[in-house]
Amino acid sequence: MEVSLGLGAGSILALTGPSGAGKTTLLRQIAGLAKPEFGRITFKNSIWLDTEKTLNLPTQQRNIGFVFQDYALFPNMSVRENLAFALSKNDNTEIVDELLAETELTQLASRRPFQLSGGQQQRVALTRALVRKPDLLLLDEPFTALDYQMRYQLQNLLLRFQQHYHFTAILVTHDMGEIFRLAQKVAVMENGKLVNVGSPAEVFLGKATPESQFDIYGEVLSVEKQNDGLLVHVLINHKISILNLPLEMLDQLSPGKKFLLQHNLGAPDIRLFDAD
Amino acid sequence: MDFQPLLLTFKLATITSLILLVVSLPIAYWLAFAKFKGRGVVEAIIGMPLVLPPSVIGFYLLLAFSPSYWFGNFIESIFGLRLVFSFSGLVIASVLYSLPFMVYPIRAGLQSLPASLREASYTLGKNEWDTFFKVLLPNCKPALLTAFVLTFAHTVGEFGVVLMIGGNIPGVTKVASVAIYNEVEALNYPAANQYAMVLFAVTFLILLVVYSVNNSLLRVRQSS
Repeated sequence: MEVSLGLGAGSILALTGPSGAGKTTLLRQIAGLAKPEFGRITFKNSIWLDTEKTLNLPTQQRNIGFVFQDYALFPNMSVRENLAFALSKNDNTEIVDELLAETELTQLASRRPFQLSGGQQQRVALTRALVRKPDLLLLDEPFTALDYQMRYQLQNLLLRFQQHYHFTAILVTHDMGEIFRLAQKVAVMENGKLVNVGSPAEVFLGKATPESQFDIYGEVLSVEKQNDGLLVHVLINHKISILNLPLEMLDQLSPGKKFLLQHNLGAPDIRLFDAD
Repeated sequence: MDFQPLLLTFKLATITSLILLVVSLPIAYWLAFAKFKGRGVVEAIIGMPLVLPPSVIGFYLLLAFSPSYWFGNFIESIFGLRLVFSFSGLVIASVLYSLPFMVYPIRAGLQSLPASLREASYTLGKNEWDTFFKVLLPNCKPALLTAFVLTFAHTVGEFGVVLMIGGNIPGVTKVASVAIYNEVEALNYPAANQYAMVLFAVTFLILLVVYSVNNSLLRVRQSS
C-alpha cells in the first residue's frame, strides 16, 4: 500500500473508493490495530509510527476514538457502563452523564446493547468513542448498516460533536451524500493507492455536466391489458406508480423486469424536505 | 456404604478444576491470540491426554514422581513432598490429564468473540489485562462453564492414571472409580453399584445444569 496524506487539525476527511482498496486497512494502521510493512504516521507533534526507527506507539497511547461498523459495544455492560469503561482511574465521571444527556441516551443508560436498535447502538458507540476526548476520531463505515433517516440523525450528531470538541476525524464511507455533508476533504483510494485528494467539490463535481435529462430506474410489478394500451404498475424509488404504455410493448414487459426511463425536465419542480 | 471414596473423588475434582481454571486462562488466551512459531507443537502437547491411554500417562508420571528418578528426587529433597501414592501427586497428575478439557473450550470461546470487542477496548485505552478480564472473559461465560464442568467430570471419571500413580490407599488415593473396581474384584456387586449409581447421577445432574444454563444464556444473546 502506498499512501501519503496530510490532514489539517479539526477537519473531517472522508476516505472512499471501491471495496478492497485498502481504506479500512489504512484506518486500522492509523489506529495502531494493524501495522504496515513500512511507513510513518505522525499526529500533531508526536510520532505514532516510524518503521525505520522501529517505533510503533500502541493503540492505547494514541488518544484516538474508533467507531466500528459492527458497533463493538460490550454485551456484558449497560450503555452507561460501556461509556464509563472508557474512563481512566482518576477521570471525573461527569463526562459520562454529560454525554448521555447530550445524545438523549439517559433513558437507555441501564439497557444492555442487545436491547437497543441498530441506530441506538451506533449512537452509543459514537458517544463512547468520545469519552476520552480524543484528538482524532476514526470511523469505519459507521452508518452503512443504518436506514436513511437514522444515518442522517447520526451524521448530525457527529457534526455537533465535532463543533463542540474540535477533534479531527477520518471517515471511511461509500455514501456520496455523507461525503458532501461531513467532509472538508476527500481522499479516493484504489488498489492501495491514493488516486485523488481534494475537497469533495474538486474531486467529484469537476466531472459533472449540466443536465436537463434524468435517468430514472424502476422495476415492473404488474402489467394489465386495457382497450387502448397497457396499465403498468412500477416501482420507482420505493414508490409504486402507474405508467400508461402502448400495447405493442406487452411482450417485453413482465413482473420483475428492470427499466430505465429518461425524463426531460423543463422547469424543474423541486420540493425540499428534511430527514428528521 | 463408605462415603470416603466419593468425597475424595469430588475433593480431587474440585481442586483440580480450580487449579486448571487459573492455569488455563493464560494458556487459552495465548493460544487464541498470540502469533508464534511452533504453535502446532504446543497444541499437540496439550492435546495428548485426549488420545493417549491413561495408563501411558500414568506410567510416565509414576517414573517422574518416583524418588528413584531425578524429578521425584528433586521434589522430595526440596519440598519434602512425595508425589507417588499421595493426594498431591494425584492432583498434579489430574491437572496434566485434564488440561485440554479446560484449555480448548476457553480458547474456542475467546476466539468466537468478534475481534472488534478487543480492538474497541484497546482504542478506549485499556491494556490487555483489563481487556481480558473485563471484556473478553465476561462475554464467554458459557465457554468457561463448559470448560469447568468438562474438566470436573473428566477428573471424576479418572481411573487409569489414579491406579498407576495413586494406588489404593483409603482416604488418600482411593477415589470412587478405584473403589468400584475393587468391589467388583471382590465380587461385591451391590457396593460397586452404589458408587456407580452416585457417580452416574451426579454426572448427569452436572451436565443437565450446564446445558440448561448455557441454553438460556444463548437465548438471551440470540434475542438481540
